[in-house]
Amino acid sequence: MAYASKSPWVIHYDGSSCNGCDIEVLATLCPGFDGERFGVINTGNPKHADIFLVTGSVNAQNIDVVREIYDQMVEPKVVVACGICACSGGIFHDCYNVIGGVDKAIPVDVYAPGCAVRPEAIIDAIVQGIGVLEEKAAAMKSAKKGA
Amino acid sequence: MTILITLIGALLFAVLAPVVGCLLAGLDRVISARMQGRVGPPILQPYYDVRKLLGKERVSVNSVEGTYVACALVFACLAGGIFYTGGNLLLCVFVITLSSLFFIIAAYSSRSPYAEVGAARETLQVMSYEPMVLLMAVGFFMASGSFDVSAVFSLDAPIVTTVWLVFLGLLFILTIKLRKSPFDLSMSHHAHQEIVRGVTTEMSGPTLALVEIMHWCETVLFMGWVGMFFVWGSPLSVLVAVVVVLAVYFLEIWIDNNFARVKWQFMLKSAWAVALLAGGVNLAVLMFI
Repeated sequence: MAYASKSPWVIHYDGSSCNGCDIEVLATLCPGFDGERFGVINTGNPKHADIFLVTGSVNAQNIDVVREIYDQMVEPKVVVACGICACSGGIFHDCYNVIGGVDKAIPVDVYAPGCAVRPEAIIDAIVQGIGVLEEKAAAMKSAKKGA
Repeated sequence: MTILITLIGALLFAVLAPVVGCLLAGLDRVISARMQGRVGPPILQPYYDVRKLLGKERVSVNSVEGTYVACALVFACLAGGIFYTGGNLLLCVFVITLSSLFFIIAAYSSRSPYAEVGAARETLQVMSYEPMVLLMAVGFFMASGSFDVSAVFSLDAPIVTTVWLVFLGLLFILTIKLRKSPFDLSMSHHAHQEIVRGVTTEMSGPTLALVEIMHWCETVLFMGWVGMFFVWGSPLSVLVAVVVVLAVYFLEIWIDNNFARVKWQFMLKSAWAVALLAGGVNLAVLMFI
């Protein structure tokens, strides 16, 4: 049985979002949607997190921060780009300071577009992320056995 | 022979306490969720969390952190073994404090500023509850005439009848010992954004899993302390103790969900005031009457 999928702890980082997606991400983690039913816990610590929710595009100021958080997370880990800005840069894509979507900085596993991204879309993305997490955990386990 | 019994007890405790502690932790999360108008996780959620953590990659900022945490877990199990085999209560108190100290050293060893803030706060928590815990052991001696926990089974009436003030004092510091709000300064189960994660900031994967298991063992031991006050010569009394323990645990969850965190100054002052009033007055009365 894969336990990785039963307790996905998330961490949220706001890149250069307009805060629209951030509010939706926080709304998703509110008691109303009760993510804890599926073991989802919002952690403030990258070292405890399994799923990295990023909102907003990547720019020269935050690209190092995004990479740092990603590097601090412990394998197996999954990145979910929340909102169209995190996916591709969105309406800010041709701004002089914007590098692009989150995938310009770190590997992204699930894209959840929307402006702002709806809580339903975020939940769907997290559930897909859990699938990826399970695959990565299984791959890690078999690699360990092989070694 | 006593050492052998204690060691066997510690081994049994190391196997059984995590099971009971895990269920208690799951119950805590479900009841907390219901108090907040949510459905909450499955009751085995803490078990899933720990299994997941054990499966994660082993990364640590240094090589001693895991050793310290393992020591904390071993001493927590030893303290449990001493208590549940009816051993010396004073020794049990000291060994569980040693376990707390190893946990603090583990946090300090990482040199992370957030972990150090958490470790400093954990130290303050130990300072806050320790006087009352020691007075509890002394109160136990004055009520039962022995430091051995097994002495309760030869009493005519439970010790709570003579040291009920000490029992109330224990209830007060139990919230600090279980790291529940309003005394969850070093590491909170709820406000996860607070000083990143306090003591456990640098602990991840399998190390964090050991910390969780240690918390389960601690919970079972502290609940044993609560139950000890209600056990006497009659075999039926164990049932009474279990009912009281469940009620006290529910009370702790209720407190956890209804009170905001206090500053460390208030925690230290109030815990020492309670120790002085509840413990001191009770012991003085027992001594002079």
